[in-house]
Amino acid sequence: MARRDSIMKKPKDTRTALRRLLAYLGQFRLLIALVAVMCLISNLLSLWGPNLAGSAINEAAAGQGKVNFDRVWYYASRMLICYVASSLITILIHITMVSVSKRVARKMRQNVFEKLMRLPVGFFDQNQAGDIISRVSYDIDVISTCLATDVVSILTSSVTVLGSMIMMISISLPLSVVALITVPASIAYTAHMRKLTQPRFVKRSRAYGGMNGFVEEMLSGQKTILSYAHEDQVEESFDRINEQAAQAYYEADSLGVTIGPTMGFINNMCLSLIALLGSVLYMNGAIGLGSISSFVLYSRKFSGPINEIANIINELFSALAAAERVFGILDQEEEVHDQPDAVALSHIHGDVRLDHVSFGYDPGKTILHDLSLNAPAGRLVAIVGPTGAGKTTIINLLMRFYDVNGGSIQVDGRDIRSLTRSSLRSGYAMVLQDTWVFNGTIFENIAYGKENATMEEVVAAAKAAHIHPFIMRLPEGYQTVITEDGGNISKGQKQLLTIARAMLYNAGMLILDEATSNVDTSTEREIQRAMRDLMRDKTCFVIAHRLSTIQHADQILVVNHGDVVEQGTHAELMRNRGFYYGLYRAQFE
Amino acid sequence: MKFLWTYIRKYIWIIAAGMGLKLSGTLLELLIPYVMEHLLDHVVPRRELAPVLLWGFAMITLAVIVRFLNVSANRMAVRSARKAIYEVRRDLFHAALNLSGHQMDAVGLPSLISRMTSDSYNVQSFLQSVQTIGIRAPIMLLGGIFITVTMDMGLALILVIMAPIMIALVVFVSMKGIPLYQKVQQSMDTIVRIMRENITGIRVVKALSKEKYEVSRYSHANDETLHRDVKASVTMSLPGPIVTLFLNVGLTLVILLGARRVNDGVTQPGVILAFLTYFNMIMMGVMGLNRVFMMLSKANASAGRIASVVQMPRDLKTLPEDQCPASPREGFIVFDHVTFSYDPDTEKGREDSARFAGTGREDCLQDIDFSIPRGGSLGIIGATGSGKTTIINLLMRFYDPARGHVYLEGRDVRTWDMDTLRRRFGVVFQNDAIFADTIRENIVFGRDITDEMLDTAIRDAMADDFISAYEDGVDHRSTIHGANFSGGQKQRLLIARAMAARPDILILDDSSSALDYRTDARLRSAIREHHGNATLIIIAQRISSIMNLDQILVMDEGRIIAKGTHEELMRTSEVYRGIQQTQMGEVD
Repeated sequence: MARRDSIMKKPKDTRTALRRLLAYLGQFRLLIALVAVMCLISNLLSLWGPNLAGSAINEAAAGQGKVNFDRVWYYASRMLICYVASSLITILIHITMVSVSKRVARKMRQNVFEKLMRLPVGFFDQNQAGDIISRVSYDIDVISTCLATDVVSILTSSVTVLGSMIMMISISLPLSVVALITVPASIAYTAHMRKLTQPRFVKRSRAYGGMNGFVEEMLSGQKTILSYAHEDQVEESFDRINEQAAQAYYEADSLGVTIGPTMGFINNMCLSLIALLGSVLYMNGAIGLGSISSFVLYSRKFSGPINEIANIINELFSALAAAERVFGILDQEEEVHDQPDAVALSHIHGDVRLDHVSFGYDPGKTILHDLSLNAPAGRLVAIVGPTGAGKTTIINLLMRFYDVNGGSIQVDGRDIRSLTRSSLRSGYAMVLQDTWVFNGTIFENIAYGKENATMEEVVAAAKAAHIHPFIMRLPEGYQTVITEDGGNISKGQKQLLTIARAMLYNAGMLILDEATSNVDTSTEREIQRAMRDLMRDKTCFVIAHRLSTIQHADQILVVNHGDVVEQGTHAELMRNRGFYYGLYRAQFE
Repeated sequence: MKFLWTYIRKYIWIIAAGMGLKLSGTLLELLIPYVMEHLLDHVVPRRELAPVLLWGFAMITLAVIVRFLNVSANRMAVRSARKAIYEVRRDLFHAALNLSGHQMDAVGLPSLISRMTSDSYNVQSFLQSVQTIGIRAPIMLLGGIFITVTMDMGLALILVIMAPIMIALVVFVSMKGIPLYQKVQQSMDTIVRIMRENITGIRVVKALSKEKYEVSRYSHANDETLHRDVKASVTMSLPGPIVTLFLNVGLTLVILLGARRVNDGVTQPGVILAFLTYFNMIMMGVMGLNRVFMMLSKANASAGRIASVVQMPRDLKTLPEDQCPASPREGFIVFDHVTFSYDPDTEKGREDSARFAGTGREDCLQDIDFSIPRGGSLGIIGATGSGKTTIINLLMRFYDPARGHVYLEGRDVRTWDMDTLRRRFGVVFQNDAIFADTIRENIVFGRDITDEMLDTAIRDAMADDFISAYEDGVDHRSTIHGANFSGGQKQRLLIARAMAARPDILILDDSSSALDYRTDARLRSAIREHHGNATLIIIAQRISSIMNLDQILVMDEGRIIAKGTHEELMRTSEVYRGIQQTQMGEVD
């Protein structure tokens, strides 16, 4: 279907994303305010700590026999209290921010999922499942990690940086000037290195991605490769790819590993300059020895966050980009709401009428032109045509997964747009070709459509679908857990399960896809039998693959290239010698 | 780890040199605060500018040298990691590609791929980091303690006592955290699973108006993830503050004790100052050591998983001809009372069994006995899981039979050189692989095939009309797994690949199921006309695909329940007639 990647092409609007992200934090504003206060306190404490330590050392350094122990103890005990309190508060901050950020993540995940439930079916035709899921699993994780670590870093370090700076200046202005030089130096350096390494790391991950793809492809095709004795050439290709990946890794990382030592170098330079200048100042009597040590401690506090700042900014931006992707889903247009005066369809008789219906998935690209059809209660409408011809389009319209562009569809004489969606849909039972089971017990899978279904009802439905004996043979019977890909039951049995589900649901109208592919013969016979039972006394729309169904149909819609090309009974269509005739003849050649 | 050693050993000199550089770099870095202490305690009090400047420049020089040494050492680490991991991956891929069917079943494809990707990545980053921070961390820790001990034994005692407690505590918390994160991952998997279920089944969910129910189901999983995630993250945020707390307590103790010792004249005041710096270093050492430890446990598991594949003994050895008697009867291909199971008794309790075979694990063969003359044809029909594909797996020797023999040209297939044997076949498997390459390369597949042979194969496989519709014809590229081709187009490409080298034996395993009746019929007549000399085996679900072959086997639960021509089977086999009746009346 058209309009792929519709959620990808959103204009970038970082400021809006930031505002909406903040809105998520809104409900935690008290906690966040508390965190901010705690950050302030913990910072002040950890700033005050070195100061006290400096005073204590100054007292301790009085020289042999001249130490005033009361003063030392006075400073040291306060310093200890400071540090212990600061650490405890830091732990508290972490705990609070972790729970806030994880709660934001949960809320986002919940919002996205609830949104998905309200989106039209077409959204899922146009967007890859993997892409939607990665927004929930990966992007939301990026956001919450950023909130939990980076926001705390910013909160704590901005105070630390500012406070350290003030303390440093208050201790000695000339020394501060030396220490501050490191700031532009390290920021400029990291920015420069990022620009230099970024393309190499991109190249590295591309090389790894390529290698992983190759490995996945070749190992899945191992049997084929061995069959044609093609191993040596594949290994040669892998050698080349492996070498490229190793080289890309070397080029990126050999540059990357210079960053750490260089940052260390900047810090060591800073220390040397402080020592040098400090000594000179000390000799002039401008500064005490203890002050130099406090200054060293402050300068470390100061340079730590500065070294990180480039990383933090980077992570913030990627979190915002992730948020944009998440909001991209939340901004999708939802299924049209029921009309305010919509009524619930009840006591369904089952007269379905299509009146001059026209429709296209894309505006301006009509694929169904003027389709009219009358299916009184209990009739069988067969839809036939080659694969990919658009047979599901009609079903999409009947179930109101899409609304018609022109004309109308009526059930029991009412335009379906005037009905509530849930009541219309509950009028149909549906068995589709890609049989859908979910991770749960067999009981849950059959009972899915009917709330509070009893075991008797489920067993009755399973018996009607001829799958009861199979279920009883399973070790846990109806309580056996089956998985989404149905690994432990076969395709045919899955199909019988969905038939049982439809049996239990027992609606007045039925939509059915007959296709049974790759099913062994005895299962296929069971399926055919179950489908016939299911169809009895219902208005049926069947995507037909079997002669018996087609020949008995009251109406046949022949679909090709999206549009209904022919319409009529089997006999009429055979007389026309059109598309249907060719389709029918093909199997006897 | 022993396994990794075999790869590292070659580069031991690079590694030793790198480690030497790292060691000296780290030691010199430890010297910087020492020099500062000397400067402040002994040089400054003399109040002479020249020596102060001298010592100051000594510090700067040290900083420059330290950077140089560390950068060089890191680069050497990356270089040796690059070389070692290249070889690990090469050997792993070689081993993986040559696994036998049984071995492949035992390991499982997804697991094999993750060994190739994430495990090899873990090992690589370990090889690098153990050299960059693995030396640095213990040196910082031990060196820091050593220097403080030489500076002032008494004060250092505080550190010596605290360091082990600190390390134990941090490692303990981290080890607690790892399983917590695994639990987070599990519940995250549940969330993803529910989302995937809802995305694929959205029509059913909406048709049954189950949106609310699904939201509550999801919400439940979501809440569980939240609780686990908070628990894990809180645990893992503890080591940092704990280490800081310990060090600050230690620092206070140093000052208190230091004051006493200064008063007693045992310690210089500068020593206390230097201790501050060394404390920081020791803290970084502890955190670094914790990281190395975590990485080691991860890399060790990964290396073990890689080693178990690389060190698997080569299965399916070629046997000497005199050990296996020649075929007891006539026939180009002979199955002589063959019995086989995918689940050999020797290896119990394997999961993912028989994934390689593409069918269920109960799949096996019992007493299969038939022969095909040279140039003859055989059709096999039967329910899924009845053992049809297994016959091919044994004939092409992806597995060896448990009992009985398979012969080609009168010789047991186990005596054939594997490549020589397989080159005689052209085969299309169920869900066979199309590679992300050009159509030409997918058909030629590295064999000596002329353009003329290529064209003939494409024509015979009925693939010419859709290939010529591409502007670039046979140079048109396939995407991964041939996703840009329809099912029928893929099958026609695969058939062209099988026919291109004009093989002695042509095998089509359920490979025309996506072709319409007309194309299927034309394909069969092309095979008759242009590959009349080839021995032909066709496995199919549709009777029309095999009804004209010389001989048809009807399989059920690993046994041949009927054998004969179409006409014979229609007379004698009730099962065969039943299939025929069900299949009559399919349009499509």
